Amino acid sequence: MSAAVKPLLLRDIDEPGLSDIAVYERRGGYKALRKALAMTQEAVIAELEASGLRGRGGAGFPAGRKASFLPKGDIDKYLVCNADESEPGTFKDRELMQKSPHMLIEGIVIAAHAAGANHAFIYIRGEYEEQARILDAAIVQARAAGYIGRRILGSELSLSLVLHRGAGAYICGEETGLLDSLEGKRGNPRLKPPFPALQGLYQGPTLINNVETLMTMPHIISMGGKKYAKLGVSGSSGTKVVSVSGHVRRPGNYEIELGIPSRQIIFDLAGGPPPSRKVKMWFPGGSSAPVLTAKDLDVPYDFDSLAKAGSMLGSGAIIVIDDKTPVLDVALKTAKFYRHESCGKCTPCREGTNWTVKMLERIEAGDATPMDLDIMASVQEHIIGNCLCVLGDAMAMPIGSMIAKFRGEFEAHIQSRQLASVA
Amino acid sequence: MSPADSAGPGFEYRQELAGREIPRSREGSRTPGWDEPADLEKDPAEVPDPALVDVPAKLRTEIEKAMARYPDRHSAALPALRAAQDHHGWCSPQAILEAACVMRVTPGYLTSVATFYDMFELQPAGENIVYVCTNISCSLRGADELYASLEAEVGERRDITLRHFECLGACDIAPMVSVDHVYYGPLGKGDAKRLVGDLRAGREPIPELALALRATAASELRKEQK
Repeated sequence: MSAAVKPLLLRDIDEPGLSDIAVYERRGGYKALRKALAMTQEAVIAELEASGLRGRGGAGFPAGRKASFLPKGDIDKYLVCNADESEPGTFKDRELMQKSPHMLIEGIVIAAHAAGANHAFIYIRGEYEEQARILDAAIVQARAAGYIGRRILGSELSLSLVLHRGAGAYICGEETGLLDSLEGKRGNPRLKPPFPALQGLYQGPTLINNVETLMTMPHIISMGGKKYAKLGVSGSSGTKVVSVSGHVRRPGNYEIELGIPSRQIIFDLAGGPPPSRKVKMWFPGGSSAPVLTAKDLDVPYDFDSLAKAGSMLGSGAIIVIDDKTPVLDVALKTAKFYRHESCGKCTPCREGTNWTVKMLERIEAGDATPMDLDIMASVQEHIIGNCLCVLGDAMAMPIGSMIAKFRGEFEAHIQSRQLASVA
Repeated sequence: MSPADSAGPGFEYRQELAGREIPRSREGSRTPGWDEPADLEKDPAEVPDPALVDVPAKLRTEIEKAMARYPDRHSAALPALRAAQDHHGWCSPQAILEAACVMRVTPGYLTSVATFYDMFELQPAGENIVYVCTNISCSLRGADELYASLEAEVGERRDITLRHFECLGACDIAPMVSVDHVYYGPLGKGDAKRLVGDLRAGREPIPELALALRATAASELRKEQK
């Protein structure tokens, strides 16, 4: 079986000028929106639920169910597109927005119809200035064509769409941190509940979806939820854009049908590691996912199988690390990132990330003992589940997995440094 | 009342700090002056008086436009700070004061926001700002070496601000840089020298490595399979 599927999101990605509305419409764009607007709100949600689409941002929550949580009634409701793609290893949303901004706008209007929202925001990370410019131009075109604004295409739906640029903070990808940032504050996560579906942006009901999730919605509407659900495997329906990076010959975005062996993505699509090198470990879902090793290469790439293998699909970003890279380097890079990005609100995360970096630096410098590994592992356990958001967990899980799976290598490093200092 | 008085407590002190390296977390947050007693006679922070703060017209319009886009004007904090930074070259106390004056918030509030986000320059910045991604994927492909060679090329001159940056979301072009918010990569040997040379000569840097020109991975794969 070939790893390539008939792509949905990436079908026209190489079409020149796709970011222009005329080209997008010529390729069948905005047809799904017309279809969706002719359907009732409940019917759109029913299609989304039938599709089995799970959120593509990281948590994998069923998208249809999420949209159904918003209260009914005539109040201000908000839709926020989370385009603050900052998970290390992830770059799918960047390419999707850059090449196909209108597909995102179409998805946003469909999702707004499903949720009954009348204000929509795209929160794009500040570093994506080129993509923000492309989206801005696309929004102007879509507004002129009547896809955004009052009584869209003669329907009851009115929607405003504002592009909001962040300013460089990983934590703003966490949905409540994002909301605070969008309200003009420091991006500190909020206590949940209340969940954003009831009290989100400006204290109003808010639906937050990832770029890829929203871009999948037009395809679900046009092909029908049931047909979409046939793609992929049970529990993980559909296709997924996977970002592959690190030690592979062809890093980039590939659209796969969920459930294919991970080996096919890493080797057949991305070309595998350079000649004469082997896969030592890989992050299956961004740097927040526990690492897997070469033994796990045949695990099917879908939500449930990766969870069973002790990791997660996360944002769908595979980082491949070859056998010439010391695990300590990767652990230190990972921990330093989370230390830098911890917002500092919760003690276990703020202190835990800091101490983990300090202990790893001690190991690197040769001042550590094997007992430090146990302390470090216990620090990770004390972070998990003890904070408002999962940023701390996102460091604890991969670091914990590296200590568990490569303990021998850490110990050998500590020992060789000790021997060197004695000599 | 002088303009500085309208800027609220600590304005002069913050201006004085500008350009100085403030070590954090080495000695705790002992910024210079931490052990000086607080002046309890001072007035609490105030929203700057528009009659006393001279805000450039262009900056004012930009911030007002941003405020009009949102149901709540406070949402314009990030766009306002970005506009002020673009105007002044960095988020100087004066820049923050002006943004706060238009937004009708205290400079302290905007300072709290500006210090949270990595893209706001809290120290005077050079004409060009270069972010080097040194996160996992890029470092696996030589980003740390790239940073070192860029650092050597830039040298002591302050015209280019070089910064380590967390994952910029372009691991497919690793190792990569963002030059004044435009992405380039992958950078090979010699590209660091060319990048700095191009910037100093006022040319577009390493133009053929611009991300915008790059074909998708899927199309590369198709080409290879043929």
